[in-house]
Amino acid sequence: MSVYVDKDTKVIVQGITGGTARFHTKQMLEYGTKIVGGVTPKKGGTEVEGVPVFNTVQEAVEKTGATASVIYVPAPFAADAIMEAADAELDLAICITEHIPVIDMVNVKRYLEGKKTRLIGPNCPGVITPDECKIGIMPGYIHKKGHVGVVSRSGTLTYEAVHQLSEAGYGQSSAVGIGGDPVNGTDFIDVLTAFNEDPETEAVVMIGEIGGTAEEEAAAWVKANMKKPVVGFIGGATAPPGKRMGHAGAIISGGQGTAEAKISVMNECGIQVAETPAVMGETMIRVLEENNLKEKCKTH
Amino acid sequence: MNIHEYQGKEILRSYGVNVPNGHVAYTVDEAVEAAKKLDSAVTVVKAQIHAGGRGKAGGVKIAKNEADVRTYAEEILGKTLVTHQTGPEGKEVKRLLIEEGCDIKKEYYVGLVLDRASSRVVLMASEEGGTEIEEVAAATPEKIFKEVIDPLVGLTGFQARRLAFNINIPHEMLGKAVKFMMGLYQAFIEKDCSIAEINPLVTTGDGEVLALDAKLNFDDNGLFRQKDLQAFRDLDEEDEKEIEASKYDLSYVSLDGNIGCMVNGAGLAMSTMDIIKHYGGDPANFLDVGGGATAEKVTEAFKIILSDSNVKGIFVNIFGGIMKCDVIAEGVVEATKQVGLEIPLVVRLEGTNVDLGKKILNESGLNITSAGSMADGAEKIVSMVK
Repeated sequence: MSVYVDKDTKVIVQGITGGTARFHTKQMLEYGTKIVGGVTPKKGGTEVEGVPVFNTVQEAVEKTGATASVIYVPAPFAADAIMEAADAELDLAICITEHIPVIDMVNVKRYLEGKKTRLIGPNCPGVITPDECKIGIMPGYIHKKGHVGVVSRSGTLTYEAVHQLSEAGYGQSSAVGIGGDPVNGTDFIDVLTAFNEDPETEAVVMIGEIGGTAEEEAAAWVKANMKKPVVGFIGGATAPPGKRMGHAGAIISGGQGTAEAKISVMNECGIQVAETPAVMGETMIRVLEENNLKEKCKTH
Repeated sequence: MNIHEYQGKEILRSYGVNVPNGHVAYTVDEAVEAAKKLDSAVTVVKAQIHAGGRGKAGGVKIAKNEADVRTYAEEILGKTLVTHQTGPEGKEVKRLLIEEGCDIKKEYYVGLVLDRASSRVVLMASEEGGTEIEEVAAATPEKIFKEVIDPLVGLTGFQARRLAFNINIPHEMLGKAVKFMMGLYQAFIEKDCSIAEINPLVTTGDGEVLALDAKLNFDDNGLFRQKDLQAFRDLDEEDEKEIEASKYDLSYVSLDGNIGCMVNGAGLAMSTMDIIKHYGGDPANFLDVGGGATAEKVTEAFKIILSDSNVKGIFVNIFGGIMKCDVIAEGVVEATKQVGLEIPLVVRLEGTNVDLGKKILNESGLNITSAGSMADGAEKIVSMVK
């Protein structure tokens, strides 16, 4: 088991004919992901990396039986692409695209209400279940199959955490990037809920950053509901207030969203927070030991 | 992106939001000319900088006649205003807004922001106008009223009315207040705003509802479809290196330290600053080269870091996902060829195409210290610049 994706997940790539999408379609296929089709309007009938391209998501789903989509469509058209995925009743739409206007995402969230599709992202690295299915842009080789779940607002910090865990011999059940935008489809609590219910997951690393209050809300949820240990990290402790730090959502405004406030709430809720990004792995291993989970989680 | 008050008012006026008449002035003569055109009993001379707290810093003056306008314009133009939002170095005033005065009955606050928890735009209002909303929220949160807006139908009439009643707008001005809020919401959505704050909104002796101040910020991600906003950008208000970086779509923020950072991914870039600080160093910048950067962009990024005379060493920290390590390596080599490199450079590469990236750096003959991990790299660069 794992969360959201596994070896049987059939995936289509929206915007497959673009340069980035082509590169990552190849990488995903090499990893073993079942990429069954692609979508680019007016390019239907062609192929990318041996994968058939369709004009619409609906057609791609009808012809291939796909249940998940990964979106590489450029920002001006990405909101439309997400809604097209939801209209085709896919279970999962993972949006990699960065720089989508926030007003577009407000509309998309409204459109998704009452629909079955789970949106992950935008502005995220995707989801991976090691050795089974990689959907997104993460480097596959750093991941190892195992029992630690990873959820993060930042792509590269996810890689950092995964790499540290794998190097130390602790594999991952799944790693989920929820994205760095202020409006996203899936939040920390959604993913923590999934990890809580997943029998393969024994513990979770939760990586947040400055801006908003999602980490505080997630910490309160963990305290009330989580049956498994959670380790945290918050990026941006040294970021100046009022400045957008790369991610649209990473901004301290009106004294809200500081790393200090988040870490303090997380600690109060029983989440051990790594002091630097370099010790996310170490912190997890220490917590596994405290919970007698070290042997169970040591995978290689 | 931020714009000036007078520009914000210009946008609001086009959406039917009531604002006082006024003109921008770059010189004292223009200021006097503007006052003549307004022909108002009282004229307000307002410094235009991208920061709040101007009044307290002496940047807003009430003029009773033309001579006053001249005196105040002379006094404020060219003056460096230090407010709680400018930092200790302050900001030089290069533009004035010359505006007609009005007979203020009462001040209110009205603002639109994105509420991240509900993923909706929220209209907030308070009777405590003129004070910063954060202060009101801390001291008397019960005095702030909110309406969560459904994007499907936009701000509804009943929501606007409810807010107006809640903040005790006199009933005879209800219609005008509702029209004001409707226009403000329309502007927010159509112009891709991230913040639209009217503080204060005022009611006047002659029964008007007016935006006495206006703060509009825009979502940078929406600028591609807001071509007319480009004209409102004031480069005098921005950091030179940040302007240069924006030309190449690089996400760059200037800081005070001496260790230049080049990182991919916002989270890793922030954490790289954090870990440099942890080992006793001081980052000179935040720089996320982004996912789709080309070798040319990386070259420009590296040149921007090197153009900062405070920088005494550089730490390149890359964990390639969408970004490929060989692209970073090529960019670094090209930049040092173009501008030379006389300070220590520590590079940590991991992720997509890492072996190719390392090979390019090794064969370049550059004096590069390689790091096995993020902590190792941070420790090395901190010790090298000390």
